Amino acid sequence: MTRLLTVDGLKVDFPTRSGVVEAVRGVSFTLGRERLGIVGESGSGKSQTGRAIMGLTPANARISAERLNFSGIDLLDVPARQRRDLRGKRIAMILQDPKYSLNPVMSIGRQIVETLRAHETIGRAEARDRALAMLEAVQIREASRVFDLYPHEVSGGMGQRAMIAMMLIAGPELLIADEPTSALDVTVQLEILAILYRLVADRGMGLIFISHDLGLVSSFCDRVIVMYAGRIVEELPASELANAEHPYTRGLLNCMPRIGADRHPLPVLDRKPEWAL
Amino acid sequence: MSAALAIEGLRVVYDGHHALKGVSLDVAQGESYGLVGESGSGKSTLLRAIAGLAPVTEGEVSVDGERVGPGRDKAFYRKVQMVFQDPYGSLHPRHTVDRLLLEPLAIHGFTDIEARILRALDEVGLGSGFRFRYSHQLSGGQRQRVAIARALILEPSILLLDEPTSALDASVQAEVLNLLEQVRSDRGLTFLMVSHDLAIVTHMCERLTVMQNGQEVERLSASDLAARTVTKDYTRNLLTASEGFVREGSA
Repeated sequence: MTRLLTVDGLKVDFPTRSGVVEAVRGVSFTLGRERLGIVGESGSGKSQTGRAIMGLTPANARISAERLNFSGIDLLDVPARQRRDLRGKRIAMILQDPKYSLNPVMSIGRQIVETLRAHETIGRAEARDRALAMLEAVQIREASRVFDLYPHEVSGGMGQRAMIAMMLIAGPELLIADEPTSALDVTVQLEILAILYRLVADRGMGLIFISHDLGLVSSFCDRVIVMYAGRIVEELPASELANAEHPYTRGLLNCMPRIGADRHPLPVLDRKPEWAL
Repeated sequence: MSAALAIEGLRVVYDGHHALKGVSLDVAQGESYGLVGESGSGKSTLLRAIAGLAPVTEGEVSVDGERVGPGRDKAFYRKVQMVFQDPYGSLHPRHTVDRLLLEPLAIHGFTDIEARILRALDEVGLGSGFRFRYSHQLSGGQRQRVAIARALILEPSILLLDEPTSALDASVQAEVLNLLEQVRSDRGLTFLMVSHDLAIVTHMCERLTVMQNGQEVERLSASDLAARTVTKDYTRNLLTASEGFVREGSA
């Protein structure tokens, strides 16, 4: 399998007045053209890991790694200009809530066209046609109507489809999806995931799927990384999730209420200090 | 026996938008009742209308068999308290936990304030060490415990719970759900709980109403839902969706 991304010993530190907050403390993994899930609770460093790869770490943070390599390019040592070219073109990111991540004063169509024209020299008419085709690919029925709508005029599910269209239009090789469906209703969630799944499979992209939902990630991905306190505590094939060994992973699986299971009280996580070592 | 909480044909209209289109339900004394639906189904509006936070256009709310008037008096809030969804938004950012808990006591003219605050903190598992902290010094789960303590401190008989755990991590959610069940059995409380998550509602409630577009879709018992004996397609869709993503071709 061709290696798309190599992350070795990634660290992200935030210096604050009360000391350094270590958000990510030495994370290593490799990614080919496959679907990798990163799971953890808030503060586990999963989003900062994704943002570091995308190059969206805040300017005040310190980022270091033994290796952070995307198809032969050293992401830590690359000039800002080249990094900008990568971002959106070869590495793209879907964020959680379309209400906040889309530009509110620009029509959906224009935002998609903007992405395309930022990375390709292409005429207006052709860009519009490709944007419309992309909107159809994410199963928006009246693509030409939605093209002219503003983000506040569409539902959350529609907004997230537009977001996916925008991220995929430049044909990235690596897609980072940070909680792409957490802000959506459950039934809409499934539609969006089905669209994402098909597009990622058809185009042979590498996908990093970041989520707090262990069950969801394991049904969507090939491999799952479980993070706790800035570190990877367990890495396993998604199909082996039921046989997870780390008590944190098992605890996370166990503490969810399930329909038809009569467990009162629910088992809770007994956090051991040594997990965070 | 009259129901602890009875709602009859409740209708809420905001500027011509019908958020709630005539919903009725009865919650028995000591029962835990769930409302499930997606965004825009009117489930939160129903809860807010009961608490007097949404304009009731039509319909009746009765507590312990007594009809509640258009305004809510102090006696109503002694009986009915609410816990909101977002613990980051529902606690005053510049008040200490002590002051947050003191306010309802002062409004209702309690005198044994000291003892009550300590007991309330103890009951939600926080201990007196948290008493003089500000909400920004607490985690999401701790904040929601404070919100629960604030609701319980007046010793209400009915608790309205609006997605009390949806802003929390899964492991913290389990702790808060356990806490809610504990206080319910200790005090014989009646719950009316809103959630978008079928699994949480079947875990916490004996009966539930599925809502869509401001209307009732169907009424079920938790055991019906667990046995998948549902009659409406909408409920079936929700059930399928709650089982998670299934890859194409493997279904």
